Amino acid sequence: MLDILKPAVEAFQDFVLLSVRAVRNIFRSPHYGDDILIQMDVIGVGSLFIVSLIGLFTGIVMALQMARALTIYGAQDQVGQIVSITLVRELGPVLTAVLVAGRNASGIASELGSMKVTEQIDAMRALGTDPIQKLVTPRLIATAVVLPLLTIISDFIGLAGGYFIASTMLGLTFSEYWTSAWQVLEYNDLAQGLIKPFVFAVVIALVGCFYGMRTSGGTQGVGRSTTSAVVSSSVWIFVLTAFITYVWNRAFAKQ
Amino acid sequence: MTPSDSTILRFEDVSLHFGATPALDHVSFEMQPGQTFVIQGAAGSGKTILLKVAVGLVRPDSGRVWLFGQEITHLREQDLFDLRTRVGILFQEGGLFDSLTVAENVAYPLINRRILHHAVKGSSNGNGDPAIEERVRETLRFVELEETLDKFPNELSGGMRRRVGIARAVVTEPALVLYDSPTAGLDPITAYTIISLILKERDQRNTATIMVTHRFQDGHLMANFRYNPNSGQIERAAGGSNSGQMSTKFLVMNAGRLVFEGTESEMQATQDPYVRKFLRLGGA
Ligand SMILES: Nc1ncnc2c1ncn2[C@@H]1O[C@H](COP(=O)(O)OP(=O)(O)O)[C@@H](O)[C@H]1O
Ligand SMILES: [Mg+2]
Repeated sequence: MLDILKPAVEAFQDFVLLSVRAVRNIFRSPHYGDDILIQMDVIGVGSLFIVSLIGLFTGIVMALQMARALTIYGAQDQVGQIVSITLVRELGPVLTAVLVAGRNASGIASELGSMKVTEQIDAMRALGTDPIQKLVTPRLIATAVVLPLLTIISDFIGLAGGYFIASTMLGLTFSEYWTSAWQVLEYNDLAQGLIKPFVFAVVIALVGCFYGMRTSGGTQGVGRSTTSAVVSSSVWIFVLTAFITYVWNRAFAKQ
Repeated sequence: MTPSDSTILRFEDVSLHFGATPALDHVSFEMQPGQTFVIQGAAGSGKTILLKVAVGLVRPDSGRVWLFGQEITHLREQDLFDLRTRVGILFQEGGLFDSLTVAENVAYPLINRRILHHAVKGSSNGNGDPAIEERVRETLRFVELEETLDKFPNELSGGMRRRVGIARAVVTEPALVLYDSPTAGLDPITAYTIISLILKERDQRNTATIMVTHRFQDGHLMANFRYNPNSGQIERAAGGSNSGQMSTKFLVMNAGRLVFEGTESEMQATQDPYVRKFLRLGGA
């Protein structure tokens, strides 16, 4: 029984070790600024379109679903509030993170994985470069900066999608929709909506790097790492969002 | 019993396991300056791991390793960086950075050595430094690839990539060069060119050389041939009674164990069936 658990425990240890080193390197030189910018471009600009598209349709679908239910009670004017709260607290962060996990946890794992199997990572160490400093830390910083920004954009576009439905199908005016959507949000909603993507970003970058750096077994190994990175980071996103929401609700519970 | 400071590399009872299978099993040997080691053994017998342990890329489970007279077994990675600037490595899988051009790959060790020594901050890439540029050109001329400066590794043939790898390994004029299977997967003519380059590097600078190879004739060339700077060719070493063999040692590995260590003639005389296999199968 313990023998079955051993590899998992060891892998978790390795993951924690990698995470500690990656974070520690943020405060150490040399800093690879160019690599951070390149990664921001890959992750941020590269994901912008798909994230916006998914955000838009999430807002539209939510408004459509809510419109029917709310009309029954004559409460159509509350559609902005509902779309706003669900998007900002939960759906915006989670859907954006899952998309970015699919695009970038896999991208990171396959890139680092092929570097591993072609001994580029050994070569780096042999030539005096710390691969965690050069490869992992820039990806961690870039994802942690970019994912919250992407989430904000996705939230806004989602709200705009909701407005489109609210105005065309429910006849709400611009200010009716946006005022209620904005006023319903409390500071702790906004904070929750930004802390989540930050945490997810850390998970996506570190899980992608972790599977990439431990790749073995040639090209097939790269494929396995890529799959594991996406599956594992997606699962962690859902687990963590439940956890954060739970903690948040206890901390900010209304009497 | 620390080895004398001039010892290039020393393994003392080094073992390393991956799970239950031993990759290195109580390996001991010692290498002196000017020596050439030819390491043979079946795939998976631990040749690559041995090279990686030698420069601290992989840590052994037990035993001790000295590099240039300094024990590296428990050295921190940061302290290893400095020692590793004195070692050149050609990796079996190439290890060329495929996001960098050939010139940038070959310049990388020079730039990194400078960063290490001057503790220069930031990712200064040293591009445009004339001294580095000239040295890169010179080294690429050495491997006869000067025209590929601005190409990317994946635009080159397998043999050319190997030569770029050799250029990157020797550009800093290291005291020790490790070649992991430099001729694997190459046609005989290209393989001969590669071995010639390795001999040229070794004999022009008297570099201590460790070469892993499947092919016995690679080892035969290393033991018996010399680079002649006048003709620019390699030729059978004069020196009569195998002056070359004196400094070339053959090591044979089997499942992590070092099962043979000796000269070429000792290897040819051995009765060990596993070692004999590398003599017989050695022919291309
Ligand atoms: N990173 C690793 N993880 C697990 N096993 C490994 C790893 N690297 C090497 N091995 C194992 O160690 C043994 C020696 O490998 P290696 O030194 O690469 O052999 P070769 O003589 O072909 O170069 C093999 O059994 C290999 O499967
Ligand atoms: Mg090998």
